[in-house]
Order: sequence, then C-alpha cells, then structure tokens
Amino acid sequence: MSTEPLIVAMRQIVKVYPNGLRANDHVTFEVRPREIHALVGENGAGKSTLMKILYGLEKPTAGAIYLRDQLVHIDSPHTAIALGIGMVHQNFMLVPSFTIAENVVLGAEPLRGGVLDRKAAIAITRELSRRYGLEVDPEATVDAVPVGVRQRVEILKALYRGAEILILDEPTAVLTPQETQELFAAIRQLVDNGKTVIFISHKLREVKEISDRVSVMRNARMVDTVETASVSEEQIARMMVGREVFLQVHKPPLQRGEPVLQVRDLEYVSDAGVEVLKRVSFNVYAGEILGIAGVEGNGQTELVEVIAGLRRAVSGCVLLGGVDITRASPRQVRRAGAAHIPEDRLTNGVALSATIAENLIVDRFEQPPFTRGLLMQPRHIAQHAERLIEQFAIRAPSAELQVGMLSGGNMQKVVLARELSARPKLLIAAQPTRGVDIGASEFIYDQLVRARNDGVAVLLVSADLSEVMALSDRIAVMKDGRLTAIFSNTPHLSEEEIGYYMLGVKHMSAEEIAANW
Amino acid sequence: MEQVLNVVFSTAFLAAVLRVSTPLILPALGGLISELGGVINIALEGIMLIAACAGVLVSVWTRSAGLGLLAGLALGTLTSLVLAFFHLNLKADLILAAIALNLLASGGTIFVVYLVTGDKSSTSRLVSGQMPFLRDIIPTIADLPTIGPILNQNILTYAAFVLTAAVAFFLYRTRPGVHLRAVGENPEAARSVGIDVRRMQYLALILSGALAALGGVYLSMGYVKFFARDMTGGRGFIALAAIYLGARHPLGVLVAALVFGAAEALAIQLGNLRVPTQLVQIIPYAATIIALVLYAIAQRQRVAARQRKFRQAA
Repeated sequence: MSTEPLIVAMRQIVKVYPNGLRANDHVTFEVRPREIHALVGENGAGKSTLMKILYGLEKPTAGAIYLRDQLVHIDSPHTAIALGIGMVHQNFMLVPSFTIAENVVLGAEPLRGGVLDRKAAIAITRELSRRYGLEVDPEATVDAVPVGVRQRVEILKALYRGAEILILDEPTAVLTPQETQELFAAIRQLVDNGKTVIFISHKLREVKEISDRVSVMRNARMVDTVETASVSEEQIARMMVGREVFLQVHKPPLQRGEPVLQVRDLEYVSDAGVEVLKRVSFNVYAGEILGIAGVEGNGQTELVEVIAGLRRAVSGCVLLGGVDITRASPRQVRRAGAAHIPEDRLTNGVALSATIAENLIVDRFEQPPFTRGLLMQPRHIAQHAERLIEQFAIRAPSAELQVGMLSGGNMQKVVLARELSARPKLLIAAQPTRGVDIGASEFIYDQLVRARNDGVAVLLVSADLSEVMALSDRIAVMKDGRLTAIFSNTPHLSEEEIGYYMLGVKHMSAEEIAANW
Repeated sequence: MEQVLNVVFSTAFLAAVLRVSTPLILPALGGLISELGGVINIALEGIMLIAACAGVLVSVWTRSAGLGLLAGLALGTLTSLVLAFFHLNLKADLILAAIALNLLASGGTIFVVYLVTGDKSSTSRLVSGQMPFLRDIIPTIADLPTIGPILNQNILTYAAFVLTAAVAFFLYRTRPGVHLRAVGENPEAARSVGIDVRRMQYLALILSGALAALGGVYLSMGYVKFFARDMTGGRGFIALAAIYLGARHPLGVLVAALVFGAAEALAIQLGNLRVPTQLVQIIPYAATIIALVLYAIAQRQRVAARQRKFRQAA
C-alpha cells in the first residue's frame, strides 16, 4: 500500500465503565486516508463506545490515539472537532426550532461586530451544500424538513467545522432505499473531495456496497479488519456473531385462514391536531404475516397503538375476530385475543424495575392461578416464569432479576414470552428486533414464523425493510398516514419497488388496495 | 361602573400599570431566560424576597440606595447560584430545590429583619433608601401636563423596558444567547458541537436570578420604601405564568406582564372605591388564571383550524 500515514490509528483501546462493564478490550482500529471504512458489530459489541472515544465523548481507560502518526489526546468533542473529526449521530443532534443555517453554524457562529451574522451563516451553508452535493434550504427550520434532509444538515455541520474524518453512526437506519442511494452518492463525493468516512452499520449489504475496508467487532474486541471486496456478507456475519447465522427465514407455504383483524377507514388525529391516519383499511388473516413497511413517522406507531387500544381513533372501525374493538381499552383488546409487542420496549414493553416473573404476568396477574381471592400466588408465578424462561431461552440467572438488568435481546424475549404465552389470535409486533443482537433476532424471527404456522394472524411493523421482506407473506406500505400499496410478497418484489411507495413516488389506487385487503 | 371606567381611563391608572408591572416584567424576563435554557427557575419568588430584604437593610446600613441595589442584586444572584449548584452539580431536583429556597427566603428574610429591628412584620421603622425616580434626575418632568405622572417612573421601571429589549437581543442575536436556547431545546445537540451545557445553564439561572433580584429591589426600594414579610405576594409565580402566556418570547412576556400588571393596578384603584377588599385582592390572581385559560383555548382553536385546513387539502 501507499506510504501515506494512517489518518486514524486507535491502539490497544480499553474502556471499562464504572459499573465494571468492559466495552472495549484492547481494540486496535486503523483507518487509511480517503477510504470508506465500515465498522460493524452487533449491538453491545463496542463499536459505538469506540467511536465515542474517538469523538471525545468517552475517555478511554487505556490506549492511545494517533492521527497521521501524531499522538493526540481527545478529551472532548471540542478537541475532536479541532482535530478535524466530525460525527453524525444516529439520533440527530439538531435544534428543531432553529433554521438549517443556524444549526450548521451552531457552536461556531460567524460574528460581525460581536453580533451573529445571519447572512454569513446562510451563505456558508449554501456554499457547503453546493460543493458537496448535499442539497438543503438554509432558511427552512429543521422541524419542517424530512429525515433525509436532517441527515444532510448533520453532515454539513461536521464539514463546516472542518471535518476531514467523518464518523457516520448507522446513517441508513432511518432512510428509504432511495435516500440511502443519495446518501451513498454524497459519501462518494466526500471521499472524492479528500475526506475519510467511517461508516458504522449492521446492514451488511450496505457495507458491501459502500465500503473499501471493513472492521468487525465482537464482545468488545476487534475481530479483524479486511478488504471488503475479499469477503462475502455471510463471512462478515460469521465474524460478527462468532458462528454460522441463518437470517434466511424458512417458512412453510401459506395456509391462510379467515380474516382475524379487519381495519376499515381508520382515522386518527394527534393531540397536536395533525391527521396521522387517513382512511386506513386492511385485513390480517389467520396464519399469515402482514408486514407494514414505511419510513418511520408515517403513522405506523399510531396505527399499532390505535389497534392496541392505547389511542382512540377519530373514525373508522377495527374488528378483531368479529368483535368491534375500535373504542376498547387495552385490556379489552387483549381479552378479544390480541397480543402486542410494543416498539418502545423500555417504556411500554416491560416494567424495568419489576422482576422477570412479574413482567411475565402483568397482563393476567388478576386471573387464576396467579391470584386466588385477594392473594397472589408466588409459587404459581414462579413456576410460570421458570417455564417461560426455559421455553424462550431467556438468559437470566433468576426469575427474580429486575428486567432492567437484562440485555436488549433478553428483555425482548421476556416480552415475546408474555405475549405468545397469552395464546393470541392476533400478534402485533412493532419493531420486534430493534436494539436486539443477531442471535436474538434469529430467535424472534423463528417465534414469529412459528406463531404464523400455528394459525396466529401476525401484524409486523418494522422500519427495517429487509426484515419486512424476509418475514411477511404480504406487505403493506405506509406513507403520510395512508396505505399506498399492499402486495403479495413474491420473490419478484424488490426493495426498490417498495421504496418508490415509501417515498410516495408511486401509489396504488384505492381499488387496487381494496382488492388486496 | 362609571367610577370603574373613570379609574381605568385616567392617567393615574396608566402610571399605576407601569408601576405595578415592573416587579412582574423583571422576574418574568429572568424566568424566560431560565425556561429557554431548559432550567426553569421556580425560585423567582424567593430570590425577589431576598433581594428586597437585602436592599433595604444595606441601604439603611450604608445610607446609600445604590449600595442597597448592589447588595440586593448580589444576594439574589447568589441565591440563584446556589440553586444552580444544587441542581447542576449536586443533581438535586430543580423544582424541589427551588421550593426549598422559596420557603427559606420567606422565613429567612423576616428572621433577619427581626434580628435587626426586633419587628416581625416589616422594616417600616427604619429609614431606608429608594431608587431615584425620573423626577429626581430631570426635575421638570413631573410638571408636564398629563404625561408627567406617566413618565415619572422609577428608574428600575425604565430599566425593565430597556432590559426587555436587551434580553431579546441577547437571546436572538448574540452567541451565548443562541447557545443558551440550543441547550434548552436539545442539550445533546448543543453538547455535540462543543457547547458547555452546564455552563450555559449556570448562565441562564444566574441571569434569571439577577433579573428577579432587580424586581425584588424595586419592590422594597422603589414601589415602596420598606421591606415587609412576604411582600412579593406571589409575583414570582405570576411572572412564571407570564412566560407561557407571552409565548416564551421577550416581547410577548412584556405584554403578558403588563396585562397582569393592569389587573393588579385595577385592584389597587378599586380598593379606593367601595368594593369588598377580598374581592379586589383576587383580581390579579383571577386574571392570571383567566388569561392562561384563554391562552389554552386559543391554542386549541389554532390547532383545530390547522386541522380543518389539513382536511380540506386532503
């Protein structure tokens, strides 16, 4: 290779958190100038910690960082920025009520006689936007622009601060396939302009597509760094997990039964007065998985919560097994046969400070055998918990452990165990594998498919398009609170095709959609 | 009724509105800064009391109104600094710490007054200083017909208006002001661009304390010339209401404070007429509640209107 020095060399980085968690264990990570370097690993593998150390958000317990062979001490983002390191965070670090220009220059505003120079801020933003092909309107406020644009603002922010090294933390997680392609084009343009990009991801297909080299982390250690072209997606996955993984879902042929969930002309208006759901109609049949695809924030969350009884529809109706549950309480909805894996596990999925055993009975604690008369029956509760812990392979030392102590994957298994053990007719799974490692994802996929095979109607909502495509028998697409399409999931259906509907470029007519209810 | 209208449309009433609004405008501006910084200062009431008390006592002791003002300002600011330290360094709950300070201020001020004067209700037996009125600077001003009484305000009243503009300039046109707002709206975002969140929140609380302290000093050394037990009478809380009624913008806050001030001025003027005093005394508080209710209704209607527009477009 060239004799040019490495632009980033992190050597023997160790990070031990005060609670004893070892997030980085002698990690060495090296990046060449002007490369697109992917950093992959499961949740909790330590990649975020490593990048936080590089960006000065965390202090390493031991180890050294070199930039172009110079030893540096990065004790704050301020220092990192001064050294030419920029980071685009997964949850955007923007001030919603400020304009794009104000956000771009925030923290380093151009001044004129001690007073903010707004015109200069706008001009700077426009110029950067033009040079790097990241199109934005500098005078629009951030809360008025879509996610893809917000991400461009983040990149512009880093560039304005003179970033030579850009860390992108799971940048495609919130994008449609088309927006992802635009982002990739922008990344290539950045590299052509001499920048270096570190791309954190767990979507291996994208890693293959965009990166020059890939570094894989597992259990706080660096497994290897390889030329991307020399490895397959399967090989990267194996390095990440440490064993063979099967994210291919094997489903027996569809045995579709009666419609279990019927949603008709459902409309919902948020407290802020925004019409979030607009005449949404579809069915979910026994024995099928209906996947709802769409960029997050297009009404999926509200749809799920209206069905689950957590929000009240304005009009339309929801029938579950022929029973009208449009205005039913969550408990009534559950009695009617629905189970719900909520998207926000930490808030709505589990009670963090309650034990595993308690979390496993919250939907039925008042019923026998868990309660007799006025008294709870600890023996039955414990037996129930032990049975489910074993059946769902929840890795926990005891059923009396607080759920908050579990990893994301095991926490989700607790939710899954509770919901499936209620023997539902309808299972609503919202973002079931979010924040869950590959191993647990595999297990969750398996359980969802098993429920489907047993005749449960499964409504799957996921922002991860590949997940929707892997699991679903039919796929509906949501855009701006409407269903824009319902397809049968055949091998001919491509991500790009669905992407057009997610973006709103294409949409089916009401008749076409009704034909596919 | 005619008497009431006569009161409202008199120049004396306008002058009174400005006079009684001042101790609302100043803390409201302070509260606004703390709110926009994401650290709403509920201790405005207590800070005002402490500043009012300190101002009077120091002015008596030094025979200087100016030193009294400085002492009130210093002690009020120090109180907000204590609040900031509890919340930002020791991670105490902001609201609880502020409530504690309010209670401490209520009992503590009168305790100090008792130690100094032996009186448990006020310092009225002491001869204390007063901040100058415009008349004291431009003697001819009070002789002007009609507008004379209106213009002849305490310099702290003038300061309240100047400070409204200054606060607006600070928040929207200076770097620290913009950083302060960014911190209040999204601290993570601010931190990620190298803004010191804690320092900005210290700044927000200190400025809010200083402005509230000015309001307190005005009460005891401008509005009247003594300190009395709990003389703030909830103004620090009405000021908080003015922040939201004023849509969290300096100009709006000024207008909201003037509206509350007008209600209070009305109460005072009606006190001279034969209206039950209990009824009159609730006017400013009732006005606060009514204003907040109207604000909430207006807000909902705006939402509903947007919704209708949305439906038509769809």
